[in-house]
Amino acid sequence: MKILRTIGLLLFIIGFGIFSGIFFSNEYVLSKEGLAQHLTEKQQLLFEEKQLEHGKIYSNSFAFTKFLQSVMEQVNNSLLQDLTPTEQEINSIVQHNQGLTFSLASLDQVYNDSVESEAFKKSNFISYGNWLEGRAFNNEQEMQEALQGVANNIAQYGIVSSKGFDQYKSKYLLYALTKTSAQGPVKDYPYWMLFLTFGLSIIGASLYILPKTSMEPPGIKNNGIYHNAMSNKGWLGILTGSYLILFYVFLYFYKEHMTSWILMVDPISMFLKGQPAGEFFLYGFLYTLCILVMGVRMIIKYRHSRYQVARTISVMFFQTAFAFLIPEILIRLNQPYYDFKNIWPLDYDFFFDNELNTLIANGNLGLFMIGWGLALTIVAVPVGVYFFGKRWYCSWVCGCGGLAETLGDPYRQLSDKSVKAWKFERISIHSVLVFAIVMTAGVLYTYFTGSAEVVGISTYKIREWYGAGIGAAFAGVVGTGFYPLMGNRVWCRFGCPLAAYLGLIQRFKSRFRITTNGGQCISCGNCSTYCEMGIDVRWYAQRGQNIVRSSCVGCGVCSSVCPRGVLNLEVKDEKGRLNQPSLLGNDSFKN
Amino acid sequence: MKHIVIVGNGVAGITAARHIRKRSAYKITVISAETKYFFSRTALMYVYMGHMKFEHTQPYENNFWEKNNIDLIQDLVIKIDNNKKTLTLQNNDSVVYDDLILATGSVPNKFGWPGQDLQGVQGLYSYQDLQKLEEKTPTKAVIVGGGLIGIELAEMLLYKKVEVTLLVREKSFWSNVLPSQESALINQLIQKHHIDLKLESELKCIHADSEGWVQSIETVDGTNIPCDFVGLTAGVSPNIGWLKDSDVESNRGILVDPYLRSNMANIYAIGDCAEHRTPPPNRRPIEQVWYTGRMMGETVAATITGNPTTYQPGPWFNSAKFFDLEYQTYGVVSNVLQAGQKEFYWEHESGNFCMHFIWNSADNKFVGVNSFGIRLRHEVLDQWLQKGARIMEVMEGLRAANFDPEFFKRHEESIVMAFNAENQNLAVKLNGKKSLIEKIFG
Repeated sequence: MKILRTIGLLLFIIGFGIFSGIFFSNEYVLSKEGLAQHLTEKQQLLFEEKQLEHGKIYSNSFAFTKFLQSVMEQVNNSLLQDLTPTEQEINSIVQHNQGLTFSLASLDQVYNDSVESEAFKKSNFISYGNWLEGRAFNNEQEMQEALQGVANNIAQYGIVSSKGFDQYKSKYLLYALTKTSAQGPVKDYPYWMLFLTFGLSIIGASLYILPKTSMEPPGIKNNGIYHNAMSNKGWLGILTGSYLILFYVFLYFYKEHMTSWILMVDPISMFLKGQPAGEFFLYGFLYTLCILVMGVRMIIKYRHSRYQVARTISVMFFQTAFAFLIPEILIRLNQPYYDFKNIWPLDYDFFFDNELNTLIANGNLGLFMIGWGLALTIVAVPVGVYFFGKRWYCSWVCGCGGLAETLGDPYRQLSDKSVKAWKFERISIHSVLVFAIVMTAGVLYTYFTGSAEVVGISTYKIREWYGAGIGAAFAGVVGTGFYPLMGNRVWCRFGCPLAAYLGLIQRFKSRFRITTNGGQCISCGNCSTYCEMGIDVRWYAQRGQNIVRSSCVGCGVCSSVCPRGVLNLEVKDEKGRLNQPSLLGNDSFKN
Repeated sequence: MKHIVIVGNGVAGITAARHIRKRSAYKITVISAETKYFFSRTALMYVYMGHMKFEHTQPYENNFWEKNNIDLIQDLVIKIDNNKKTLTLQNNDSVVYDDLILATGSVPNKFGWPGQDLQGVQGLYSYQDLQKLEEKTPTKAVIVGGGLIGIELAEMLLYKKVEVTLLVREKSFWSNVLPSQESALINQLIQKHHIDLKLESELKCIHADSEGWVQSIETVDGTNIPCDFVGLTAGVSPNIGWLKDSDVESNRGILVDPYLRSNMANIYAIGDCAEHRTPPPNRRPIEQVWYTGRMMGETVAATITGNPTTYQPGPWFNSAKFFDLEYQTYGVVSNVLQAGQKEFYWEHESGNFCMHFIWNSADNKFVGVNSFGIRLRHEVLDQWLQKGARIMEVMEGLRAANFDPEFFKRHEESIVMAFNAENQNLAVKLNGKKSLIEKIFG
């Protein structure tokens, strides 16, 4: 059994090593076909013009993207040079407005419509300068300055966005061109690579995890957790955390460097949805795999507790079916991508105009999806929490919770239990909830009024801030990257706006509580130590008080690790839920 | 202002301090030589086994004490002079008190075995014991004494892959407390964990090597067992050696009246170190468990703050965990069935669950229950015992008494069925209905 586990560990390390190595495995050559796939003819010409060494091989994505960026920049610069109204032209326009009153008609004297570039300059001047039509100036200098202002605006907004590569286009092209230009083992032997990475990792992990069933009897086995470099913030934990953090930074901000991994899952994506993979397909695939493999580990570890087994199977199911397979299959059926278990405000882009428009454009199914999403937020959350506590979502259904309860289980003890952390948590999670509501209100305002600004702030900017700051940086980079350093529920505890919403209802209107069993607590501290949400469970248990906390996700581990059978997750009549601290057993005060 | 000094910062002393603070503005000082801050003694094993760090065993954050205006002194009290109301400390000067609470706990029993003070021989009670144990991992250990601490120590050593022999003087593990059925169950469990369980085996002496380290032990029947560690876990006694020359009257423990007052009007004793001159009904004079320490702390706090209160513990309860098997007891279940009592014992075929009910044969009054592997609801059991419920009511109400987590397999139906088969004159019908979960999952 021990040998089997050692072999398993080795296989896993090899598989994981190959996976990591693949990140660096590609070479990149820019090809005509690659350019043709993603650029307009004009852009292709410009690109080819600037490409310094044609057909050069770049050995890694960093050099290649640097090269792409410099070409795009050069293209942009030459476009600016060619298409910005020159000082000479401006002077000429001034000359053609002799009466010191500006007229757009004067442009015809300066620009020749039959020359393409001049026609472009003219039309730009009209769109950016038409507000000057008929304006009288005191002298030539004033008019010249005003026209220069128009030219500056054109340079800033009117050229790169339509002819060249603006911020969004270049970000996309960096990724798309890197992916199409990649050459290497992943491209040549995708199935082999799939086997050598995911295959070996899964086999290895299984060999490591499964023998546990026969090695020790069922029951809580937290032996050595604080003697282990992985689970006690040792070098292994820090290394794992750094790896995860880097992964998320690349995923959300520099996906162009992940193309080797994305190429590897292309065949799976083609099979499932008939389209090549994007970075979020790779992410979803990895995510589901982690939940499944580590879910098996979780089930084995807590196999004496049917509560833990049931809820682990549940998160494995919802991740695989609802978050991963169904949305991809919907795409294959030409239907909108939709995760039926994701709930606003965790699903923060549910009300984004593009999302709503896509759903509306998809007939009855789309409308059903909008109704379903609204019903989850408005009905399912309060009703579910009233009857079962927020756990029905957080530790039975949610994908973030699913990862936390499986991949994150080895780190649950690292959450901060101090009162200080609790104070911070209350401020931070409710701030994110407010942020999500404000952001969504702004988005809807724009959707219904068409006005992009509320009190001078662009609603598009707000949602961009939310997406980058909360959606990517907080939920991903911090939320998962910090598992091995701050515990497995960092996002759920400090950031998730849906958890905040569920929590408010759980705190004030719910049948759920963790019951303390009379006077049986011995203050040992297992419950608090293993609470992933950082609740000092013992504080309540040793006073004979039920635990009613908005943050409790009902994972049930406090009850599982309690050596004296003191804690139990219960749904019961609301009466007696918030009981006064009192301990059973001492009758001295009865009279 | 009145100055209350508490010697000992275990659960008894700390509970007293907290409740005095709740009830008054008195100056409170807690003195302990063991550690500065209160920790849960019962959790030491988890620190050794890496379930927790030591700091996790401390139920209150370090700033709690200052915030609640409770002074802590880490020092050893060596002398009491109650005429001057003064305590002499080993390192600091001295402390003057108005009222004194002694909550000094216990020390592991040593019965004068030759070699009992050798290196590598220790008990498991204090923080210092844990530190000593962590210094050097033995390869082969002998544990003397078949009680709760003994089996805990065995479990701890198994984690470090130490070969363990457990010497038990009685015929069966903890058989001075557990009835034979439960005791047999634990015997099997011990053997299943590859512990060499030696029953009816008594320590005679411990032999040392040339460096004064334990080398082997010898039992009364002459068996020699080589080992490099001996755990002495044959019970504990009140920690009162340091009081011998004082005026505080003691027997095995410090003698106290129902107000937990010693022979001195302003000196109280609570927890493990107290011995009741007249124990409450059905209780022993010295009870060394967490819960009684806590309750005496609550009670003495009331008395000291001007609300004289006699110590009246409710129905007895206790709990423990043997490896993966949880144990709870409510009421009185003696190791041997008492005259005039009847019993019903149910054990699941897996050996992972059992329940043992005791009642009076004359009036069928429920007396107590032992439960292994099934959690029971303290509130319900406490009510039954307080009001003198009949065994029939208990059996009928088993569903309401269950405290197992959702989805756990329920055994009430099999238990009641077996009870009815054995006690046809008392046959009952189980109250309540199966929940949906029980219907689906059993």
